[in-house]
Amino acid sequence: MNIVVTVKQVPDTWAEKKLDAADKTVDRVSVDNVMNEMDEYGVEEALKIKEAHGGEVTVVTMGPAKAVETIRKALSMGADKAVHLTDDALHGSDALQTSAALAKVIASLSPDLVITASEASDARGGVMGALLAERLGLPQLTQARKVTVDPGAGKVAIERLADNGYSLVEASLPAVVGVVEKINQPRYPSFKGIMAAKKKPLTTLSAGDAGLDAGSVGLAAAASTVLDANPAPPRQSGTIVKDEGDGGTKIAGFLAAQKLI
Amino acid sequence: MAEVLVLVEHADGEPKKVTGELLTLARELGEPAAVFTGAPGTYAKAKAYLAEYGAAKVYVVESDDVAEYVGAPIAEVLAKLVGDAAPTAVLVAATADSREIAARTAAKTDSGLIWDAVAVTGDLVATQGVFGGSTIVQSKVTKGTPVIVVRPNSTAPVAAPGSPAEVTVDIAISDVAKSAKIVDRVAEAKSGRPDLTEAQVVVSGGRGLGAAEHFALVEKLADTLGAAVGASRAATDAGWYPHQNQVGQTGKTVSPQLYIAVGISGAIQHRAGMQTSKTIVAINKDPEAPIFEFADYGLVGDLFNVVPQLTDEIEKRKG
Ligand SMILES: Cc1cc2nc3c(=O)[nH]c(=O)nc-3n(C[C@H](O)[C@H](O)[C@H](O)COP(=O)(O)OP(=O)(O)OC[C@H]3O[C@@H](n4cnc5c(N)ncnc54)[C@H](O)[C@@H]3O)c2cc1C
Ligand SMILES: Nc1ncnc2c1ncn2[C@@H]1O[C@H](COP(=O)(O)O)[C@@H](O)[C@H]1O
Repeated sequence: MNIVVTVKQVPDTWAEKKLDAADKTVDRVSVDNVMNEMDEYGVEEALKIKEAHGGEVTVVTMGPAKAVETIRKALSMGADKAVHLTDDALHGSDALQTSAALAKVIASLSPDLVITASEASDARGGVMGALLAERLGLPQLTQARKVTVDPGAGKVAIERLADNGYSLVEASLPAVVGVVEKINQPRYPSFKGIMAAKKKPLTTLSAGDAGLDAGSVGLAAAASTVLDANPAPPRQSGTIVKDEGDGGTKIAGFLAAQKLI
Repeated sequence: MAEVLVLVEHADGEPKKVTGELLTLARELGEPAAVFTGAPGTYAKAKAYLAEYGAAKVYVVESDDVAEYVGAPIAEVLAKLVGDAAPTAVLVAATADSREIAARTAAKTDSGLIWDAVAVTGDLVATQGVFGGSTIVQSKVTKGTPVIVVRPNSTAPVAAPGSPAEVTVDIAISDVAKSAKIVDRVAEAKSGRPDLTEAQVVVSGGRGLGAAEHFALVEKLADTLGAAVGASRAATDAGWYPHQNQVGQTGKTVSPQLYIAVGISGAIQHRAGMQTSKTIVAINKDPEAPIFEFADYGLVGDLFNVVPQLTDEIEKRKG
């Protein structure tokens, strides 16, 4: 199995996330950055499938130079090699442009399986799996809480989350799978893994190397624009009261005063 | 007036409330044209509702091809209509399925995509809460036909009865769009309660409940309020409640009039899914719990005492 897994570097979950004051893109400079937590589940699933069926796991990311830290993390978890698409010209790309760029890189790797996570914690688009399937012309097996691959038969099946349960979805390989965090428990990189990661093959591509047209990428060519951004009025903490045996009654009183009951 | 396409959100033909919200919003932007896609025989159940909420036209595609495959076929329908009808915009509900369909539609039509809008003005400027609602952004599509994914509960649905023209869409879904086949649907969640994302009131339980059977306390309170039941990830991971009910960054985003958090600490990932609720009430025995930093009304106490009393008191007041 030739497996590609996408990962994204994002501002740390606990960091106060901001938009850059000048161009209103996500500020990735003044904050600590980490691998998107959900992507750990994607990497884990890729590794599990490789362990069960053999093959190779290639990590693909698009992001600024320091996104290489996230690549290293995926390699230290056990991925075999990586491709880093990085170019100042890509800065400010929206999800549609990013999907076109990633699809180009991924197609050149001719994978049997592409794994993404269902959502990145920065912009929370939750659309990349669907977009990659669209761009690559492959089956879209997103929202997967369970993946079963049968390389011999060239088949893959998932349990796809639904509103009141799940759907069983089947497709032929190659396919794009999008995983939710219920799917597994990501491993921690071992010391050995961290050491080994430093020697694993890493290909760095510019937009031009990837065959992307300079006029189609980056902020200037994005299909949507942020006109204005402001902090939401902070949520004030309201009334805090201690239960003195009448807590339930007190809440009911509050709800009644707010005309909520 | 140019059309505004609204993808109808429905369960087996029964329209979801968000469809009425989107039609209400569409009326302010142009001529609302509902797009119904579903299995054969399902449209009949949606017809009256779409007329009630002011659809001027309904495009209908009833076929197994749009019902039995993930996402791609419906995106083909929307893309075709974008080409044929040259609408001002396409509005889609922010549900897991539909946001993916919206994204594919935008890709197919080389258009811009905006997700999680909570308001859209006449000049198609969308308001979004980003970073879990901590930043408010105004954005606009600059290319193609704006495809806008709108959060449920953003607009109050207002009826405007009419008699829409029905147009059967003549489309053959491509083979590549029929590649991810839904072979079975398995229901797990208990229902009878409102949809989590559509509910006006949500009562959620967390690790503080201590055991699956204690969710009965939360359910009872929810039922006195006509509320949906949510859960923190700690509770769904423990298997106490179905994961479909998880609220938060990796669960559902809810924006009800009233959110009651029972035994939930208020971790940042939970907060990301509920902090735009109008009024937040928290019950937690730890006065240091982060949830108290953003609750409108916080009760420091043992949920096993407080919740039954609250349930009784609401019952009493209802008379
Ligand atoms: C990638 C990722 C994604 C995540 N996504 C989500 C998500 O979508 N949704 C989500 O909720 N979490 C999510 N989390 C988990 C999140 O970080 C927290 O771990 C989780 O929200 C904690 O759930 P909790 O508040 O129920 O449990 P805890 O943090 O353990 O809080 C339990 C609370 O109950 C109180 N309590 C205990 N007993 C009682 C009692 N008898 N009476 C009153 N109060 C009591 C305690 O004081 C405590 O504050 C995610 C984490 C990661 C890493
Ligand atoms: N720039 C990127 N590089 C690599 N993968 C990405 C990038 N952006 C998004 N992804 C992948 O797509 C998933 C969903 O992202 P999103 O649709 O942006 O929420 C992420 O978890 C990643 O796996």
